[in-house]
Amino acid sequence: MLQLKEIRKSMGGQEVLRGVNLKLGEAEKVVVIGRSGCGKSVMLRVIMGLLQPESGEVFFEGKKLTGLSEEAWNPYRRKIGMLFQGAALFDSLSVFQNLAFPLREQGEKSEKVLREKVAEALKIVSLSGTEEKMPAELSGGMKKRAALARAIISRPDIMLYDEPTTGLDPIVADSINRLILHLGKMFGMASIVVTHDMVSARMVGDRISYLHEGKIYFEGTPEQVDRCEDPLVRDFVRGHAEGIGITG
Amino acid sequence: MNVLGKVGSIFTDSCHTAGGVFLLLGDTLRSMFRYRIRWDQLWEQMFFIGIRSQVVVLTTGAFTGAVFAAQVWFQFKRFGMESAIGPTVSIAMCRELGPVLCCLLLAGRVGAAMAAELSSMKITEQVDALRALGVYPTEYLIVPRFLALVISAPILTGLALVTGIGCGYFVAVKIFGVDGAYYWDNTIKFTDSKDVVIALIKSFIFAVIIAAIACHKGMNCPPGTAGVGKTTTEAVVNASLSLLIVNFFLTVLLNALLYSN
Repeated sequence: MLQLKEIRKSMGGQEVLRGVNLKLGEAEKVVVIGRSGCGKSVMLRVIMGLLQPESGEVFFEGKKLTGLSEEAWNPYRRKIGMLFQGAALFDSLSVFQNLAFPLREQGEKSEKVLREKVAEALKIVSLSGTEEKMPAELSGGMKKRAALARAIISRPDIMLYDEPTTGLDPIVADSINRLILHLGKMFGMASIVVTHDMVSARMVGDRISYLHEGKIYFEGTPEQVDRCEDPLVRDFVRGHAEGIGITG
Repeated sequence: MNVLGKVGSIFTDSCHTAGGVFLLLGDTLRSMFRYRIRWDQLWEQMFFIGIRSQVVVLTTGAFTGAVFAAQVWFQFKRFGMESAIGPTVSIAMCRELGPVLCCLLLAGRVGAAMAAELSSMKITEQVDALRALGVYPTEYLIVPRFLALVISAPILTGLALVTGIGCGYFVAVKIFGVDGAYYWDNTIKFTDSKDVVIALIKSFIFAVIIAAIACHKGMNCPPGTAGVGKTTTEAVVNASLSLLIVNFFLTVLLNALLYSN
């Protein structure tokens, strides 16, 4: 469904991605883990066409996306939803207007249909009744859920999640994880989840990829990752800093 | 060598920024014809720029005209040229004071707001979210702001001219006792429609400069909240300086074109 081939990308003069290869099958949930600054979010932005790689290719449903113009990307972007790390709700628009935005962009004009679809999407993320609130009036977890509702309202084939649980308390984080699973089951969406939250990774991932020094260093099921004896993977999974020379 | 390097760096940065501004301007013009105009966004921006700027622009126009009339009266009175105050105020307001002061205020008020809003959207990933939802940011964010400013600025300048000339009349005639009939007659006699055209052309071009610089700065904001402050300041300073420099060349050019014979 989605394939990344030898993706290379530099940011600020430093090569962040050094030949990333990744495959995502139908309805598959891949979690990409890795230390902060290793290029996980950059990878998602490359998939979404928000950043152009220096080399390598992104294929979506067999079509090569890399090298397309900004406008040529747009039809594909509508098939790929993305939840941003900071939610990225439009702060001048109400929750209703935020959720109705992608539908209006796709040509939906009926206010009745928009109201119904927004209400349905908000119900899925347990935010019913918040239509008229402004993003500033929502808590961090509510913002993430509203942003998730906006991303899924036009039923994309793939969802990209950029640190969906970062900055949330464990209960809210768990609710987001359950939502990711629920959406996958309900709509058959494939997803790529970028996180360094191992609880989240184990819970939502069919497959976990460990990104290290700009490449996929290790790939396996959650069980394989937990059993992995490679010191880099083991230290990350267990949250040990000794591997990088910091001891208490 | 170090000083030379710094000068070189400033020069290349300026060229880079100027190039970026022109590219954005080109993209904005292209998007204007390629995509539908978002009327709701345009009205919203017109309200913010056109309606909400009126108080500041009218006050500036009024007091500029009043102060200029007073200063001219103090000088002209010595030569018995009080009847020339009207055309002097009127021509100065039309050719220079009206468009330049009105647009400097717009650079401060509207340019700062545009740069701050766009840079906040940029650093909170809202611009990326737009792109992720399949919307071209230039078309959605920049075209309505650009159009609203280039439409509003000449209208606001026109209003500033009316209030400035009106207040100049009030100060000269009602306060300093200049003969109203002579004042008005000479104002109409020596103020050409070309003077008003100059005001409108200048304000239009200044609006293009303000919108292009403010939007370019906003869309290229560095990460972090400090970036928003820096971007906003730079947008206002760059737009104001560019406007003043371009004003000189426009003055020469428009006089050459409109008053060549």
